[in-house]
Amino acid sequence: MIANKKTKTMAPISTSSLPDVVFMLLFFFMITTTIREVTRKVEFKLPEASEAAKLERKDLAAHIYVGTPIRAEQSKYGTDARIQLNDSFKTIDDIRDFIAAERESLSEADKQFMTVCIKADQNVRMGIITDIKQELRRCSALKIMYSARKPESEPSI
Amino acid sequence: MARPVNQVNASSTADMAFIILVFFLITSNMDSNSGLQRRLPPMPDKNQKVVDQKVNRRNVLVVRINESDRLFAGGQIIDISMLKDKAKEFLLNPNNDPSLPEKEDKFIEGFGMYPVSKGIISLQNTRGTSYDAYIRVQNELVKAVNEVRNQFALEHFGKSFFALDEAKQEIVRKAIPQNISEAEPKDTGKKY
Repeated sequence: MIANKKTKTMAPISTSSLPDVVFMLLFFFMITTTIREVTRKVEFKLPEASEAAKLERKDLAAHIYVGTPIRAEQSKYGTDARIQLNDSFKTIDDIRDFIAAERESLSEADKQFMTVCIKADQNVRMGIITDIKQELRRCSALKIMYSARKPESEPSI
Repeated sequence: MARPVNQVNASSTADMAFIILVFFLITSNMDSNSGLQRRLPPMPDKNQKVVDQKVNRRNVLVVRINESDRLFAGGQIIDISMLKDKAKEFLLNPNNDPSLPEKEDKFIEGFGMYPVSKGIISLQNTRGTSYDAYIRVQNELVKAVNEVRNQFALEHFGKSFFALDEAKQEIVRKAIPQNISEAEPKDTGKKY
């Protein structure tokens, strides 16, 4: 009789540890991700490079995005590769102001370590990249990084 | 008689945490900032007279990618899979071939004298070259340098380059410099 009663009233699963689990997840994501600073208006697929190295100081990076405009913007800007700085499409001539503003936001000691991170689609032509590079040289922002992703699997040699 | 304190109902903390979690998932991006780091040469001063830098021909390996992503290295068409070995041979010059770069004995702090290669890899491209091809070539060149460095590190320190401490890595970097120069664009006719 007693045994029968036990099987009937099952103890409910305790959910008291659920908040802890979720908080754990939350902290994991907070640590491993970075807040997105800009809304992307260009689409790009980064080229692959097996020797890509991590940037040590993420906070010192200024990003230049190059790629085709996203679908919602294509009616306005076409499908040609364009440059995005901060939140809007810009031209080569705006890079100077952009670099100056980025420099200004860094502390005096960090200014020399600023890295310009070029995130370009793998299908863009080098012409636009060369123009960016020339403009960066003119602004003497010489530390650059070509953003690339590591290939998923090592190609067999 | 003291009333027992009501327990705070904690069942909604899970919901709140979920909301924060979802917020972070939406506003953040996972992409790690990785890539190939380069240093651009400074813009030549306008007032400065152009001094033709005397670089011996044997010290330069010209790598050129044309508009249809064909690769030329040292004057001949080669496949991208061959580029790494060519660059390595160029940097190492194991048999002191007179057509490959000369070496200069340099004193490296903490290590001593070492014949440092004077070789420079000059990378040229046209406006029509695709970015993907350009990065692939850059990657091969970096790979060549990294392999040469690794070899040096194994030979002299018995460890791979990335396992060395910072001071030793600096020594290796000085012994095997990464001299990849990105040439001035040749055709600056059309402005984008």
